Amino acid sequence: MSQTQRNIGDVVLALNNISLSFGGVHALSDISFDVRKHEIRAIIGPNGAGKSSMLNVINGVYTPQKGNIVFNGNTRAQMKPHEAAVQGIARTFQSLALFKGMSVLDNIMTGRNLKMKTNIFQQAIRWGAAEREEIEHREKVEQIIEFLEIQQYRKTQVGRLPYGLQKRVDLGRALAMEPSLLLLDEPMAGMNVEEKQDMSRFVLDVNDEYGTTIVLIEHDMGVVMDISDRVVVLDYGKKIGDGSPQEVRNDPAVISAYLGVQH
Amino acid sequence: MASNDSGALQADTIPKLMLEHAAQRGDRPSIREKNLGIWQTSTWQQVAGEVRALACGLAAMGFKRGDHLAIIGDNRPRLYWAMTAAQSLGGVPVPLYQDSVAQEMIYVMHDGDIAFAIVEDQEQVDKMLEIQTDCPALKNIIYDDPRGLRNYHQPQLLSYENLQQVGREYDKLHPSFFEQQIKQGQSDDIAIMLYTSGTTGKPKGVRLTHASVINSAQAYANLENLSESDTILSYLPMAWVGDNLFSYAQAYVTGFSVNCPESSDTVMTDMREIGPTYYFAPPRVFENLLTQVMIRMEDASAIKRKMFHYFMAVAKKVGAKILDGDKSVGVADRLLYALGSFFIYAPLRNVLGMSRVRVAYTAGEAIGPDLFSFYRSLGINLKQLYGSTETCVLICIQPNGQVKPDTVGPPVPGVEIKLTESGEVLVKTPGIFKEYYKRPDATAEVFDAEGWYHTGDAGYFDKDGHLKIIDRVKDVGKMAGGALFAPKYVENKLKFFQYIKEAVVFGDGRNEVTAFVNIDLEAVGNWAERRNLAYSGYTDLAQQPSVVELITGCVEQVNRDLSKDTALFDSQIRRFLILHKELDPDDDELTRTRKVRRGFIAEKYKVLIDALYSGKPSQYIETQVKFEDGRTGLVSADIKIQNVQSYAATKAAA
Repeated sequence: MSQTQRNIGDVVLALNNISLSFGGVHALSDISFDVRKHEIRAIIGPNGAGKSSMLNVINGVYTPQKGNIVFNGNTRAQMKPHEAAVQGIARTFQSLALFKGMSVLDNIMTGRNLKMKTNIFQQAIRWGAAEREEIEHREKVEQIIEFLEIQQYRKTQVGRLPYGLQKRVDLGRALAMEPSLLLLDEPMAGMNVEEKQDMSRFVLDVNDEYGTTIVLIEHDMGVVMDISDRVVVLDYGKKIGDGSPQEVRNDPAVISAYLGVQH
Repeated sequence: MASNDSGALQADTIPKLMLEHAAQRGDRPSIREKNLGIWQTSTWQQVAGEVRALACGLAAMGFKRGDHLAIIGDNRPRLYWAMTAAQSLGGVPVPLYQDSVAQEMIYVMHDGDIAFAIVEDQEQVDKMLEIQTDCPALKNIIYDDPRGLRNYHQPQLLSYENLQQVGREYDKLHPSFFEQQIKQGQSDDIAIMLYTSGTTGKPKGVRLTHASVINSAQAYANLENLSESDTILSYLPMAWVGDNLFSYAQAYVTGFSVNCPESSDTVMTDMREIGPTYYFAPPRVFENLLTQVMIRMEDASAIKRKMFHYFMAVAKKVGAKILDGDKSVGVADRLLYALGSFFIYAPLRNVLGMSRVRVAYTAGEAIGPDLFSFYRSLGINLKQLYGSTETCVLICIQPNGQVKPDTVGPPVPGVEIKLTESGEVLVKTPGIFKEYYKRPDATAEVFDAEGWYHTGDAGYFDKDGHLKIIDRVKDVGKMAGGALFAPKYVENKLKFFQYIKEAVVFGDGRNEVTAFVNIDLEAVGNWAERRNLAYSGYTDLAQQPSVVELITGCVEQVNRDLSKDTALFDSQIRRFLILHKELDPDDDELTRTRKVRRGFIAEKYKVLIDALYSGKPSQYIETQVKFEDGRTGLVSADIKIQNVQSYAATKAAA
């Protein structure tokens, strides 16, 4: 894997002076960082540091009290999650939010929902345009199934799959949107070493093959240091570090937040 | 020879056969592959075009008559075409086991003087690049699947498409080149080189001619009336002679269609979708299928379970007899069997993907009698055959209607068999190989002055003229007391229990027989779960007292059986232990075809053997293991040694 040969481009997403509080709790205070096209950007920090809140701000679940977000050149203070989706921001969830009773295929198909043009009545009859459209989307979904190597589970109910595979399906559904920016909330939480290796490979492959920009939250330092290009470190809602994995690793503020300070 | 008798074949090489099919049945399906969830069919005409482009591409890159082409990957149409392309140019395809680690490939790549390799994906490309320094001759690496290879800029890499593009241009400039090359092929040219698994010593390259491959394929096709309307699923390693014969050569001889599964994990579903009419699998595949069925039946509802057990008992009683056309089965039993067929057997065959199977073969090792009759009683015409890489699997086959579980049947028409004093099986067969590559000494060793091929297997004919194989000649030993000792025979008896995955028996030159056992993690794990037995992994489960007890029961059963055997009653197992790790080809304990390397194991686990014979109650051991990605780790355990009851010889039973 040669990370250096990839063409990391201009800034696609910039967060400027974001502050978010819930009543008296300051979840995020005055945070700024940017994400460049084609890069893998990691957000790390101890529990309660505000990492998931940060992702929720990016895809519009939370509206920050202060600051603005520039995505693809458009400045905005607030945006609804479905608007974010239309603009090409997809995400996976820390606690899985899949349709457990549906098959893997159907779950990933739901990721295509935004791209479907035919209305519910045409789809109910499933004739003409609706049928053509389904075939087209099914092909895309099959490509994702092949990409994630889950062919043998195609028709299996998601609820019956082991956790690691459910995570993979979750990623598949996000990929089905063909996003330009992919937000991954702890994609490797609760996985064993082998599953983590697989997932890391998929994240790198997505980045490489589809050219998708990725922002990920992760606790496993080994994974973060191996796959990300740049890392942001949060602690108690404040940014305490930003830079390449190497820089962050040697940053005294980061070390003290993670390992504690000598008194 | 078979091909002359039938008179159907004019073409005497595989590429000529391909051209013949393209002309005669150009629109018939030749090979299918599931891609993006849909079966994609290639007709014989298309196959001929693909092979043509590929062969011309190889020629343009400098591949010459007699050159070797390494082929590494899962069963993919494109890799099968690569075989034909090499053969069209008079070259020799050398398929390698796709799960071998890079280090193991060095030997073959070196020994085979390989300059060209066509491989499936990034995983295999990485291995090829890893061994570059050791194999400087390897100049061209062609890959099928470009995924993950975007940033590989090594000059020796080329994609399959690009190679075919080169080939199409070359073809335009030299339009008659391809046909000319094929015409030059002779039936005694080498068609393929397969490396033996190397149970003893280094692997040897077995060189089979077009004639031997075609003769063998034709002989089985004649016996079973195979035609272009048959269908098979090809999922066994391409480096194995069985796959080369049944999913490659035979397809070219009969014109039937070959189907490649989507991935190795989807074989079960793909098999149901395709519904092959002709099926070939080593015993362990049948065993895995049965284990899965049994485990799922245990979880089924009470009514289903009762029905299953009731009708399986009926099938056990009369199923195999009905299949053999036995007239003695009564009307009541036939009615009951028909009922069972409706409720249980037919649905079960469907789940197994064997609804349409006309004939199924198994070979490679002994199959348990219970396992064998399970499939036959369901109405699946499963038969054993006997052969080896050197004979292109053409020696013995069980004929329809005369199938006995413990023999491999009489010789195939055209094959002659002779037994030596020591019981070794000697054969003359039209499927015989030409030579071991660069090993005239080894070739001379297996052929005697009269041209008999020495199989190295010990066996004898029963009263119906069916051959019964007991072990390798060199493994048949003597115990200290002078009694005959056939380790494989005993091991197989142990392995026929679903809870025992692997067994290694010792006793040559000793007073008593002892054994190492590997439990079957799936079967024993399930057994443990149903008893609410907590365990953390293989090592832990293997040493649980109740598991040791379970296995002791199995070993005692084997001892009871052996006590009835006139020659082998002394081979009863006196003590055994359950190994702390699974025997693994990655640790060199098994060959790639999963045969036990007894000598290596005896050396590696000498401490354990000493403990077995010293009568200690337990022994501590630490072992290094190699993981799939090449890293190593340590497994340690305190292994219990278990005494087993043995039985007095009861010769009356015979």
